[in-house]
Amino acid sequence: MDFANFLIQLLNSLQYGLLLFMLAAGLTLIFGIMGVVNLAHGSFYMLGAYLAWALAARFGNLPLAIVVGSALAVGFGWLLEWLLFRHFYHRDHLDQVLLTFGLIYIFEEMRSILWGDDVHAVAVPEAVSGSIALTDNLSYPVYRLVVSAVCIALALGLYGLISRTRLGMKIRAGAFNREMTEALGINIRLIHGVVFALGVALAAIAGMVAAPLSSVYPGMGSSVLIMCFVVVVIGGIGSVRGALVAALLVGLVDTFGKVLLPQIAGMAVYMLMAAVLLYKPEGLFKQ
Amino acid sequence: MSQLLLSARRLTKRFGGLAAVNEVSVDLVRDRIHAVIGPNGAGKSTLTNLLSGDLAPTSGSITLNGVETAGHSPEAISRLGLGRSYQKTNIFLPFTVWDNVRLAAQSRERHAPWNPLRWLQSAASLASVNQRCERAIELAGLAHRAKTVAATISHGEQRQLEVAMTLATEPTVLLLDEPLAGMGQAEAERMVALLLRLKPDHAMMLVEHDMDAVFALADQLTVMVNGQVIASGTPAQVRSDPAVQAAYLGDGHA
Amino acid sequence: MSTAKAQLEQLPRAMQVLLALGALALAAFPLVPLEAADFYLQMLTQMMILAIFAMSLDLLQGVSGMVSLGHAAYFGLAGYALAFLTPADAPIPLWWSLPLAAAGAGLAALVIGFFVVRTHGIYFIMVTMAFAQMVFFLFFDNKALGGSDGLYVNFRPDASALGIDLENKTQFYYLTLALLLGIYLFLRRLLFSPFGRALAGIRVNEHRMRAVGYGSFGHKLTAFTLAGTLAGVAGYLWAAQTGFVNPELMGFHMSAHAIMMVILGGMGNFAGAIVGAFAFEYVMHVFKDLPAIGGFDTGKHWQLWMGAFIVLVVLVAPRGLLGLGEKLLKRRGRASE
Repeated sequence: MDFANFLIQLLNSLQYGLLLFMLAAGLTLIFGIMGVVNLAHGSFYMLGAYLAWALAARFGNLPLAIVVGSALAVGFGWLLEWLLFRHFYHRDHLDQVLLTFGLIYIFEEMRSILWGDDVHAVAVPEAVSGSIALTDNLSYPVYRLVVSAVCIALALGLYGLISRTRLGMKIRAGAFNREMTEALGINIRLIHGVVFALGVALAAIAGMVAAPLSSVYPGMGSSVLIMCFVVVVIGGIGSVRGALVAALLVGLVDTFGKVLLPQIAGMAVYMLMAAVLLYKPEGLFKQ
Repeated sequence: MSQLLLSARRLTKRFGGLAAVNEVSVDLVRDRIHAVIGPNGAGKSTLTNLLSGDLAPTSGSITLNGVETAGHSPEAISRLGLGRSYQKTNIFLPFTVWDNVRLAAQSRERHAPWNPLRWLQSAASLASVNQRCERAIELAGLAHRAKTVAATISHGEQRQLEVAMTLATEPTVLLLDEPLAGMGQAEAERMVALLLRLKPDHAMMLVEHDMDAVFALADQLTVMVNGQVIASGTPAQVRSDPAVQAAYLGDGHA
Repeated sequence: MSTAKAQLEQLPRAMQVLLALGALALAAFPLVPLEAADFYLQMLTQMMILAIFAMSLDLLQGVSGMVSLGHAAYFGLAGYALAFLTPADAPIPLWWSLPLAAAGAGLAALVIGFFVVRTHGIYFIMVTMAFAQMVFFLFFDNKALGGSDGLYVNFRPDASALGIDLENKTQFYYLTLALLLGIYLFLRRLLFSPFGRALAGIRVNEHRMRAVGYGSFGHKLTAFTLAGTLAGVAGYLWAAQTGFVNPELMGFHMSAHAIMMVILGGMGNFAGAIVGAFAFEYVMHVFKDLPAIGGFDTGKHWQLWMGAFIVLVVLVAPRGLLGLGEKLLKRRGRASE
């Protein structure tokens, strides 16, 4: 593999890893702070993608669609937490698994009713539809770099929120000791609503930005969910830093695995997970 | 037959920079009750966890019935003859008292789980298990509650069940973590009587806050503060030790 | 992990009677002259196969407290084993191919279990799912293993050594029924054996079990392997009956269905798994066959109703149908005093 190809695969790994991080961060936060396992997390990704497609078709403008879609996603997440999830924080994991199964079905059908079952392409916005030349005959799509940049920006924003703001401090306190946080007069319900809405929004935005790259299809939720779980397992539940490291690792292993060893391509990531589990059954950065 | 059943030397457990247990040594001898006392956060629970295998020490050694056990798993240490009861009642709440103790007694059957014989026998018909179970329940004074679900018995009875389960594995060394916690006068007296009945056959370590019970029961006393042993000896010696009086038995601490 | 539920292990007398009647009804069913008898025979055979699959999961989930999202991997693997073992020109004998396929599934469970059983709670749920997906992709991505299209099972196995012709739907039905009952009785026996009691103890309080000397890893791995083996029996039967295997048999949806069947029926006593399998399939068929209401294709969107139904069950009947039944019987018992 020459350098230009290597660079392309590296950039692909980065972009894939960062997208996975957006999903894994939400999942790991929601589980770490509220103790809820959410199998429908992949559905938010899928719904985001379809929403982006539908709104972009209506506005003729993808960035605007993403902004509007993000706002809708936040609202949807908030509503979902308020109506349903908050009643399940103290329930068995099994009950949560079941509830979120049911939700997967419901979300699939919702999408089918609203937008149908077809596969759709979403156009890359004009402004970023070009390519950057790497060598005489190899170039890299600008949009992929844009996706990575958006993910990095959101990751930094998340880091800033959690480490540098009062809200973030309350979130960390709530994760550490819920009763104490409540006793200190902090509105833990609000925190939970915020965290959940944030998680949903991150997943949906990931779907929205990724839509032009992977096209929009019904099964996209479940395929990304598995990877997301693998990332959270490797990184350690509750650790956003772990999710980042694990996501980048998964991105690298998956991308280079597919290129270098196509026969075991699909399995490479799972072998990574198995290896991690042997040494650290609770993930690399378990709190 | 050796009377020194458990010997811990210079046990240390660090969590990050903090030494929860710092160079602690303890000897447990048959027919002796060794009480460990100290304020909250002194490291008594950590010490108990180190001895029972729930935690692995950062350094130091533990010899149980002649075998080096530092860092071994709880099940391995239990099989070597150590029994441990918990401060926070750690029983099988949905099962009856009998089933709770029976399960503990069954652990001493030597078959591997993948042995198909173990899948086809009836657990309730194992004679040696039932005998062990009955003995432990009698000792703990719970025979009249055998068929009651553990979740429905009183707190004091649950503490008795704690002890019964610990006895059902027929250990030689007993680690008892606050067996009197939350008990009323009558229940506490019963528990003290039970502990004295157990004494001749076991080496016992008792972690307790109830000072009356400690001074009534203990042959040997170790005082821990901030992870370290500040005094060790007979109750009389410890009582008169100025360091102990200052740190613990003095004003404010009960 | 989660709070240990008290499972319904000893079924009330009335319920035992009802279940026995159900078994009799199943045994008598082929003798009833019915239109489209073949169709119903096949449908019931499939339900019974799924009931075996559900019971194998109940051993893991209901008894041992291990929620596996990847149990279908072993179901599918045994089915594929039959497909691979059957040559293009002749059937293979049942008497060795069934145990072999089940053992193969069990071996896979042992290997995967070695990695997976050391995890707990939510990790366990996620890694079981991940490993099952790995198996799924192994078959999906490889043409040599059939790829996304799957494989045909060229011939139904030859059970002439047992005096059974599996091409005959009624005889296949009775073979499945016999296996269903046999496995049920075996698992009931296991439930009250020393091993079964140890598993229940591990479910309720693993920490204390270790403290009194049980090697919980060994016990859980054994349960995981045995459950995988029994799932393999079901998978073999499924492949033999449908004549076709594809990666979906090992997929997430299949595993999810199994969990829902076990929950729906009531966990921890194996009878619930059987009831749940039948009820789940029945409800799914009802939803799929719903007539269109005013232009809205209700049946096509059966997943919506299924999803809502599942949410309802979680909220209203967390101990499943048998749990509900037990509550009703208790209330009636009290009222008549």
